[in-house]
Amino acid sequence: MAQDSENSKRLTELRMKHGRPPASPSEPRAERAETLREAQPRFRGLESGHRACQGCGEALAARLVTESAGPDVMVANATGCLEVFSTPWPQTAWRVPWIHSLFENAPAVASGMEAAMKAKGKNTKVLAFGGDGGTYDIGFQALSGMLERHHNVLYVTYDNEAYMNTGIQRSSSTPHAATTTTSPAGKERMGKRHLKKDLLSIIAAHHIPYAASASVAYPQDLQRKVRYAMGVEGPTFLVIHSPCPLGWRHDSALTVEVARRAVQCGLFPLVELDRGALTNIMPIREPRPVSDYLELQGRFAHLFNKNDYRAQEELDHLQALADHNIEIYGLRGEGVDPIDSTGMSHVHRGGPLAGRN
Amino acid sequence: MIEYRIHGRGGQGSVAAAYLLAAAAFEAGYTCQAFPAFGAERRGAPVMAFVRVDKKPILLRSQVRTPDYMVVQDDTLLIDPNLANGLKPEGAMLINSRKPTEYFAERFSQRVIAFPATELAVAAIGRPIPNTALLAALLALTETVPQSALADALRGRFHGAVLDKNLALIETAAKAVEAGAWKEVAHA
Amino acid sequence: MREALEGSQAIARAVALTKPEVIAAYPITPQTHIVENLSKLVADGKLKAEYVSVESEFSAASVVLGAAAAGARAYTASASQGILLMSEVMYNISGLRVPLVMTIANRAVGGPINIWNDQSDTMAVRDAGWIQLHCISNQEAVDTTIQAFRLAQETGLPVAVNMDGFVLTHTMEVIDMPSQEEVDAFLPPFEFADALDPERPRSMGTLVDPNFFPEVRHSHHAAMGKALARIEEIDKAYKKVVGRASGGLLTVEGDKKAKVGILAMGSVVGTMMAGLEDFKDEVGAARIIKLRSFRPFPAKALRAAVKGLDKLVVIDRAISPGLGGVLGTEVSAVLSTLKNAPKVYNYALGLGGRDIPETMYRDLLTTIEDKKAPRFAVFDADLDKLAPEDR
Repeated sequence: MAQDSENSKRLTELRMKHGRPPASPSEPRAERAETLREAQPRFRGLESGHRACQGCGEALAARLVTESAGPDVMVANATGCLEVFSTPWPQTAWRVPWIHSLFENAPAVASGMEAAMKAKGKNTKVLAFGGDGGTYDIGFQALSGMLERHHNVLYVTYDNEAYMNTGIQRSSSTPHAATTTTSPAGKERMGKRHLKKDLLSIIAAHHIPYAASASVAYPQDLQRKVRYAMGVEGPTFLVIHSPCPLGWRHDSALTVEVARRAVQCGLFPLVELDRGALTNIMPIREPRPVSDYLELQGRFAHLFNKNDYRAQEELDHLQALADHNIEIYGLRGEGVDPIDSTGMSHVHRGGPLAGRN
Repeated sequence: MIEYRIHGRGGQGSVAAAYLLAAAAFEAGYTCQAFPAFGAERRGAPVMAFVRVDKKPILLRSQVRTPDYMVVQDDTLLIDPNLANGLKPEGAMLINSRKPTEYFAERFSQRVIAFPATELAVAAIGRPIPNTALLAALLALTETVPQSALADALRGRFHGAVLDKNLALIETAAKAVEAGAWKEVAHA
Repeated sequence: MREALEGSQAIARAVALTKPEVIAAYPITPQTHIVENLSKLVADGKLKAEYVSVESEFSAASVVLGAAAAGARAYTASASQGILLMSEVMYNISGLRVPLVMTIANRAVGGPINIWNDQSDTMAVRDAGWIQLHCISNQEAVDTTIQAFRLAQETGLPVAVNMDGFVLTHTMEVIDMPSQEEVDAFLPPFEFADALDPERPRSMGTLVDPNFFPEVRHSHHAAMGKALARIEEIDKAYKKVVGRASGGLLTVEGDKKAKVGILAMGSVVGTMMAGLEDFKDEVGAARIIKLRSFRPFPAKALRAAVKGLDKLVVIDRAISPGLGGVLGTEVSAVLSTLKNAPKVYNYALGLGGRDIPETMYRDLLTTIEDKKAPRFAVFDADLDKLAPEDR
């Protein structure tokens, strides 16, 4: 209890300092009733009303990213759920200039946009968005090229660990033992046989100025990383763990909880790399067992079959992978847990509602 | 239209020679066309390049099959008995060789001159690149294009010491052959 | 100014005259000299452009797509396998109506691997929705390249300028390079009304469902139809400024009253014209139709050009196995509405760089005198080289 009230005091202080003051019922309301949109002080790059599923982690992540990046950006988006649900012609949910070309070329399209900005002497930051399929697999070559050529682009991959847009097929980002429609569990198989590709290490090997992992469960951390990357001149990379209720088969209301547990068990470490060197991690004070994370998701249901000896083997394997992450990244933390700092992230970078609170 | 075919080995500057010859012809007021026998040849492999010179626009795009003149930059290429195929009966062939002209002459009904271009090049520019010396000798023999045009073409391609050495080389080479000896062939 | 220049070098200089802002390319023979020359112009500070050395043709096309979408004048060049690797992006560039220019240094497509000239690469992307122009000489390639930039921005369509690999790209000949003042007078700065811009955020490349897709395709087709007139107008406008046209949609050369015609695209047209000079006494003078615009296909102009012909040889520098020649098939289709359409003989020539001598003119005309002449053949194939079962 003491801890809680301590946190609440800090929170109030931080809010007073950085964000909206707590609402007070005695304040007079505006004469004209504000719409929700008007009441929303943040810049929203991705508007609501799009066609994403309930509880979509990717939609949440994309909103957080564009919100922090601000309006002076342009986005190259790879083919995938994000592209499909946000732009059923003639509608679009984007309030930033946005282009979708192909599945595997978002980094190259972004390179061209950045070259154009350079040629024109403009500072508009170019973002590239892709899912894990478009990033870890089919667009990987173009991504490597973009990083090597040192384009001033922030590449964000929304990692939901399978080809969700085409109906949940296995990608190289799918975790070990997860079932997808092309890595089903059966008599001969326990889901995906291979490991999740360690993309961040490959990105790190490009020695780019900044690369990081983030999670929708930690929006302030995510937005801080976006803002940091926005300030870097050169290629930056962010992988955001974005649960997919449909593909992972968890309750749509549990997206954030599932994402949080992935971080807390060590399966999705949140780290930051500067020119390839580890510079920061999100510590885990009390690592949870991986089963806490896995049990919420239907894609791992076969690992909880008490009558299958292979299930325990795979659980042990996944636990070992999580422990390995905790070990190599030094995730074991001490001290108090990070607190909710909503409001610290608010940006007012122009747009119709700039400066409004 | 006068057609030339240049034979050499990859690295000897056969294509450069073709371009220089065409550029020289252009400097002298002609229309020209020069191109290599396109291939994937590496250093040392036999290569060919072609040149056409005319007073009117050149429309034809095929390889030169019946040249008026041939330049052979490396006499070992003559091991190929078909190398001179298509050379016009009244045509002529300039061979880069230390061997005497007589050594080659009996094999061909056309006129042949052996010319030690590599030696001249080594002496003048310190490298065994015979192409500019051969071109100078060819132009001196045929008088199709003046030496000054070749010098202009060289100025368009080289600079500094390389240019100076090549200019000296072409002067020496031109003097080393009988001026106008093949002149009537040019009008054939 | 008249200069003796290698084709590739001339193209690089023509591109530089258009002041491109972004150039992206990946090396492939025989395109390399063009992009090497451009990168040198950038390195020497003679051309202020972002030169992006990409890791594949796929990315080359994607980079210029992104650059043009962001409002920059963009250029790339490729050939052969590179064009096929780009093909997915090429459909996208035209489908998103992104105006940019590419040179295709035409080359055969493997396998078996073959680095020499034919036009299989550009034929493989004939449905990609690009304007495709063909040049018979390096002079035409220079002039057409400069025109292409204006054509692209006036039509909102990407333009591919085809020039025969090696035969043109690696040939030095006399070229009259337009001056910077002339090009500036002819070509306005790049404007792309739909460019990505934070001031007016818009979404490009959205998901179009069956409710709208046929309309999208129709409008693309209609835009190509409208481009026909623009190609001719821009050629005329260029002539006004520079003093030289490149042949609009097509031109009729040779004996305009002849009953026998030869239709072709690219450098082989020149060889046929040389053949005509050499062999007109032996086999007669033919009408030579030089087709410059392959896409959009100038059906109307073509029907007018063949008027009075009894026989027409269509030279294809590519083949659609199982059908025959692509150009020949399209010409036949277009002429089928004529009352007295000429009989079309479609011959593939010079596949994979086989040299086409001027005697080919004579051989073609002699062949079609025979009533049993085939309507399609790989004309210069030596069947004796094949096993009997492969003939």
